[in-house]
Amino acid sequence: MSPILLAVIIVAAIGLIAGLGLAIASIVMAVPVDEKAEAIRECLPGANCGACGFSGCDGYAAALSKGETTDTTLCAPGGADAAAAIAEITGLAAGEMIPMTAVVHCKGNNVNAENKLIYSGIESCKLAIQVFGGPKSCSFGCLGYGDCEKVCQFDAISICDGVARINPDECKACKMCISECPKHIISLIPKEKANAVVLCMNHDKGALTRKECKAGCIGCMKCVKNCEAGAISVINFCATVDPEKCTGCGKCVDGCPVKCIYMQGNICMVKEEENVL
Amino acid sequence: MIKYYIAIVLTAILTENFVLAKFLGICPFLGVSKKLNTAVGMSMAVIFVMAMATAVTYPINKFLLIPNDLAYLQTIVFILVIAALVQLVEIALKRFIPSLYSALGIYLPLITTNCAVLGVVLLNVEKAAADASFGFAASMFNSVGAGLGFLLAMVMFSGVRSKLESADIPKFMQGLPITLVAASLVSVSFLGFGGVVENIFG
Repeated sequence: MSPILLAVIIVAAIGLIAGLGLAIASIVMAVPVDEKAEAIRECLPGANCGACGFSGCDGYAAALSKGETTDTTLCAPGGADAAAAIAEITGLAAGEMIPMTAVVHCKGNNVNAENKLIYSGIESCKLAIQVFGGPKSCSFGCLGYGDCEKVCQFDAISICDGVARINPDECKACKMCISECPKHIISLIPKEKANAVVLCMNHDKGALTRKECKAGCIGCMKCVKNCEAGAISVINFCATVDPEKCTGCGKCVDGCPVKCIYMQGNICMVKEEENVL
Repeated sequence: MIKYYIAIVLTAILTENFVLAKFLGICPFLGVSKKLNTAVGMSMAVIFVMAMATAVTYPINKFLLIPNDLAYLQTIVFILVIAALVQLVEIALKRFIPSLYSALGIYLPLITTNCAVLGVVLLNVEKAAADASFGFAASMFNSVGAGLGFLLAMVMFSGVRSKLESADIPKFMQGLPITLVAASLVSVSFLGFGGVVENIFG
């Protein structure tokens, strides 16, 4: 046999054996792919924000597929569309999903709020709060260093005049900002319903609040008296609106002496006269 | 006999370091050395593949290629065998040890025909041809030693690079230029090991 032919045969044989071996191995040792989870994963937005409480979109898809959860409405960024798509794939009941938006309960911008010290450290709420609770006199208010802005994956948050503001059109209610805010002044409210929001979290007594911030809730109870639906309650000198009871009549907004109640959607995103007071 | 194998391993790690003395496998050396954990993961995959590749190619060379006077086919046959072997290992790991697969997973395909892996098997057969006492066991020790040398270079260099991260580097040197300069300096430092092993064990 000619040496060239022998070489060709040997290399071809090795290639053939390797190829066949790999082909057999890939069939014998194939890892079963969860097709249902793959299909659910396609419906999710892929932001991996963790609002559902699982380790990203893949985790939620796997949990749904394996039946570890039957709640199709956990994906806040995906909203009602994702919930309907998941329900179609899994055969679970499509839960009703109320679109929510996050809102920063503070109006203590650079004009309204007094400062008790000058902070010139690193621009981070988490670090600023270490220095006597931050530069603002009000120990409850937004520090405005934008920790929430940095963590928002949807560019919904901007710092307007020293206070974080959330654009409801961009907000997907993923709750990343809520867990990031060291002052705990961000919460979710219904996005599409007319709804009053108290832009203050100050629980100091009225007189002290007045000294700290011009727009702080002094707990005067005027909104409670004005509200016909009984949606507002004042706890520890600060009013809160129950979004389920609120009818959106707007009487509390008109009556508030410090102008810290706003209708959802009317909260200014930019520096404006109305916001500055 | 033990002394002989220790000498082989130490030579492979220090004086004949594949990355810093032979300049093989520079691509993963520069690509994956940014973080210590990825550097170690990559090195583990390299050690594993080098040992496997030698275990498979040595008998092929000795019992198939040399008796048929086909030693000139070594390079192409070895590439073929190593590529198939790495693919097989990847499939098997995915099936049986998913945790190891996810740890090594992305690096295994990267080193399928890495020149360091091909280099070590080719150098093994070269040494075996030149020296009759350099048998299968010596080849295996040499391969593992070469892998350990790769690990040492990667770990050392990831340390150097973490220092570079915080250094104030002029703009024209930032990125790859300063990395290559640093790599050459680390390489020069390894020249200092020349003759060490021979003098200890020789």
